[in-house]
Amino acid sequence: MKQFQYLRAATQQSTLDAISKPGTKIIAGGTNLIDLMKRGVTAPDKLVDITHLPLKNITPTKSGLHIGALALNSTVSENGIVVQKFPLLSMALKAGASPQLRNMATVGGNMMQRTRCSYFYDTTMPCNKREPGTGCGAMGGLNRMHAIFGTRDKCIAVHPSDMCVGLAALDATVIIAGKKGERRIPFTEFHRLPGEHPDVDNTLAKDEMIIGVDIPDNNFAKNSYYLKVRDRQSYAFALVSVAAGLDISNGTIRQARLAMGGVAHKPWRLFEAEKFLVGKAVSEDSFKQAAQIAMQGAKAYEYNAFKLKLAPATITEALKHASGLV
Amino acid sequence: MNKHMENKILNKTSTLEGISRVDGRLKVTGKAKYSAEYSVKGITYGVLVPGTITKGSIKTLDIKKAEGAPGVLSVITYLNAPKVPGYQTDKPQAKGMLKIFYDEQIYFNGQPIALVIADSFERALFAASLVTATYNVEPHQTDLIKNRSNGFTPRKDYSRGEDDAYKNAPVKVEQEYFIPTEVHNPMELHAIIARWDADDKLTVFDKTQGIKATQKNIAQAFKLPPDNVQVTSPFVGGAFGAALRTWPHEIAAVLAAKVVKRPVKLVLSRADMFTSVGYRPLTWQKIGLGATADGKFVGITHEAAGQTSVYEDFTENSVNISQLMYASPNVTTRYKLVSLNVNTPTPMRGPGEATGAFALESAIDELSYALNMDPIELRLKNYADTDPLSGKPYSSKFLNDAYKLGADRIGWSNRNQKPGSVIEKGWLVGYGMGAGMFGAYRGSATVLARMMADGTLLLQTAVTDIGPGTGTAMVSIASDIMEIPAGKIKFDLGDSSLPPSPTQGGSSITSTVGSAVNDACKELQAKFQELNGTTESGKMDYVQILKKHNLQQLEVTTTSHGGPEQNKYAMYSWSVHFMKVLVHPATGVVKVDKAVSVADCGTIISNKTASSQIKGGTIMGTGMALMEEAVIDHRYGRLINNNFADYHVPVQADIPQVEALFVNKPDPYINPIGAKGMGEIATIGVAAAIANAVYNATGKRVRDLPITPDKLI
Ligand SMILES: Cc1cc2nc3c(=O)[nH]c(=O)nc-3n(C[C@H](O)[C@H](O)[C@H](O)COP(=O)(O)OP(=O)(O)OC[C@H]3O[C@@H](n4cnc5c(N)ncnc54)[C@H](O)[C@@H]3O)c2cc1C
Repeated sequence: MKQFQYLRAATQQSTLDAISKPGTKIIAGGTNLIDLMKRGVTAPDKLVDITHLPLKNITPTKSGLHIGALALNSTVSENGIVVQKFPLLSMALKAGASPQLRNMATVGGNMMQRTRCSYFYDTTMPCNKREPGTGCGAMGGLNRMHAIFGTRDKCIAVHPSDMCVGLAALDATVIIAGKKGERRIPFTEFHRLPGEHPDVDNTLAKDEMIIGVDIPDNNFAKNSYYLKVRDRQSYAFALVSVAAGLDISNGTIRQARLAMGGVAHKPWRLFEAEKFLVGKAVSEDSFKQAAQIAMQGAKAYEYNAFKLKLAPATITEALKHASGLV
Repeated sequence: MNKHMENKILNKTSTLEGISRVDGRLKVTGKAKYSAEYSVKGITYGVLVPGTITKGSIKTLDIKKAEGAPGVLSVITYLNAPKVPGYQTDKPQAKGMLKIFYDEQIYFNGQPIALVIADSFERALFAASLVTATYNVEPHQTDLIKNRSNGFTPRKDYSRGEDDAYKNAPVKVEQEYFIPTEVHNPMELHAIIARWDADDKLTVFDKTQGIKATQKNIAQAFKLPPDNVQVTSPFVGGAFGAALRTWPHEIAAVLAAKVVKRPVKLVLSRADMFTSVGYRPLTWQKIGLGATADGKFVGITHEAAGQTSVYEDFTENSVNISQLMYASPNVTTRYKLVSLNVNTPTPMRGPGEATGAFALESAIDELSYALNMDPIELRLKNYADTDPLSGKPYSSKFLNDAYKLGADRIGWSNRNQKPGSVIEKGWLVGYGMGAGMFGAYRGSATVLARMMADGTLLLQTAVTDIGPGTGTAMVSIASDIMEIPAGKIKFDLGDSSLPPSPTQGGSSITSTVGSAVNDACKELQAKFQELNGTTESGKMDYVQILKKHNLQQLEVTTTSHGGPEQNKYAMYSWSVHFMKVLVHPATGVVKVDKAVSVADCGTIISNKTASSQIKGGTIMGTGMALMEEAVIDHRYGRLINNNFADYHVPVQADIPQVEALFVNKPDPYINPIGAKGMGEIATIGVAAAIANAVYNATGKRVRDLPITPDKLI
């Protein structure tokens, strides 16, 4: 690990000043950044610790809930309002990492965590995300964990977060602070697909920081489920995960929210499948059809073809749980 | 019932539950010192630099930047390393342990090319990142499956009766099985502190399973009299075979301490652990199993090909279990090794047998379905009453009792012979079983037993305790014989200056050292009787006798080992594992709902630690079955998951209910305490039991481990 300077940010403004200089990075819980530094994937000259900034609040707003960027993953997952009104978020968080990690990890850090692709982590391997132009180790390599949606030959890595899958389904908005003030963007537009620039994970500019997320009120609380399929029962990244929220009235679906994890470079919202479900009766059949619609455009690689089967199965199961069929 | 049973055998006075770990408090309060934790004056820190190619040689090495980095004392490479005297042989091309910093050759990816020594760990780590190398790269081979035809036969094929007789049997199974590389990954990283006390005197605090073996190996490498090498290792944070031998990093640390003339601490990183201290080798197997229509085995053919390094041949008993486990008139086994550009494997808990039992016990399960016969019944039909290999009688075998105990506890009667026929709350339910066996050994050990004036009994021997609770078992034995409370007994271990004991491996320590403790205590008692002029054995007031004779202490040093019984009987420990699993029909997720492991390993000396030992082995087998797999990208010859985020071992949620049961009948012949080994059999057969349960649940037979969800959807 390279030697670096450590600063503790006193204010949001001083943080923004610091990160506008090259080689400077924000550190929050450090659970991802420090690993990446140890592996030599990133080597900042300066770290700005933001954990003392007043961005930990979880507060109801007129139309929903505001969660500060520094609220801990564990705190959010156990927050009374979250559990009651947005159980999907609580479930998604609890499906991630381990209690120890969740006690350190922050909402902002979780959104900014980098892919777990082995080729990204190993600096002796080619990786367009780590070092643009070097190629993609996972293409033609061991790509069992990799994406089936929105890929380009340049990168087939997935975004590893569970929390983000929940927030994508819940129509959250990201609140970003920059030199010129605040801006807000829909959660689903925060992360991006690899395209020609797999090194860029999201739309946050280098001199911006996340200060929080807003979640609008909804009618999904009663019929929500987060289903994560993984290689062990806990403490493993998703092979496929599905966040499902349904608004059901008299056995008919009025609205649906669906997002998938472990399948794309960003939390993968299933807009078409959601549309299909509106007005349908709660039934395994319609869930299966929705799952088929969701799979349109999926493309597998040598070792992840199983996801073409696992993903629709997981969507169907998640919907069955959410709707109370199981 | 064995007619020799009334013989001797430990007079057990301790409770059924057994005493608690004698070092438990030290461990949970952090007071137990592990190798890396000794504070040694003037300590320096070493960090290894792993090579990044898989085959070839080092062309150039640039260590200038590293040497100039703050706090760096030395950077050792093959170009500047002092010669290790023991490396100079008359056959330089002979295969053997990797010689570290010996020449420019690279045999596998991750092979150390340099060792940086600095005044702090962080500085050493940073400087290590500054070492650069260029290589002459040669094409490598790391894929066993691709290279299987290039294997060689390291030991003679075995055959009894007719070759490949299964082929002509009325009912037969012929299948291939595969296990990936599994890495021991004990929680404690391998660590050594090496300190030269004089030009020819050395002290090492070293993670090892063998105190005396490490002393001998290091003495040989540096051409020192063994007594001049002090090895200290009283606590070992798990090893599972990974610390059975002396590895190159240990030699490197001793070498480095010589170079910098200060003590050197070298702790492997988790990534280093994947390429430095062995692993269970990736193995291909094929079983041909034939039976008559009523389930009598006609023949077993078991073939295996395992991987080894190019510089060393590591063989294990993968196919031997098929020669031993069942009464089959015809058995053929063939074993091959394939030399690849990988580091050398090493025994991992249940070495060979765990690999072989996965194939054999899976095949038997497959046969049971082909015959439509209960798998227990099929095994009982082919139960061996005498050792099929040697024809000798068993010293003891109660495996059939174990079958019964386990079947009752798991609820075997709920099993439906038809796969995929039971559903509970949306999950497919399956039951499966797998059996295991492992040689029961007794070596030679010397124990000093000293009764002190205050009634404290001191026991000393140079054994290690890698976690099973050796100290606890020894105290328990001594407490029973001497009839004094466990709290009055102190067991010293982990120090090469103590009387010799063998390496802790092969499930032999309780049998070997326990017998020596038994014999030493009996001898000490006899000495007290003599002193006291009494003849009847049993409880004595040791303190009073010492006082009466004006003695501060009374001691004996006793060496104990087996005799002619070792050749007269076939000695094994046995196990059977029962599993109830749930499999999700849509997502392929497997949950072990309940595991019951039963061991037939003679007398249980210490019930608490024995239960933990069996449970631990069952959990390790669960990892083998469901998740453990070190994966190499063969294009690069490099591991892609050499860390605990990507290499999965079971977590709490994977192991909800594990029960350990014991037959607990003494073996009358193996040793005076009636106890046989249990560490290995705890893991042997587990993977098959789970694969068999998964088949019972789903009708899907997974023959390549691990059984991950993708293989079931
Ligand atoms: C072994 C392991 C297993 C895991 N398993 C899972 C899992 O199953 N599911 C899952 O979802 N996650 C998992 N995680 C990842 C974990 O959720 C993330 O590491 C964590 O959420 C990151 O949060 P942090 O606060 O520690 O971020 P840090 O490590 O401090 O930062 C990560 C990145 O975010 C940036 N950053 C942090 N805060 C801000 C901000 N406010 N504005 C702008 N940039 C910011 C940092 O500069 C850095 O680049 C796992 C992690 C580990 C180590």
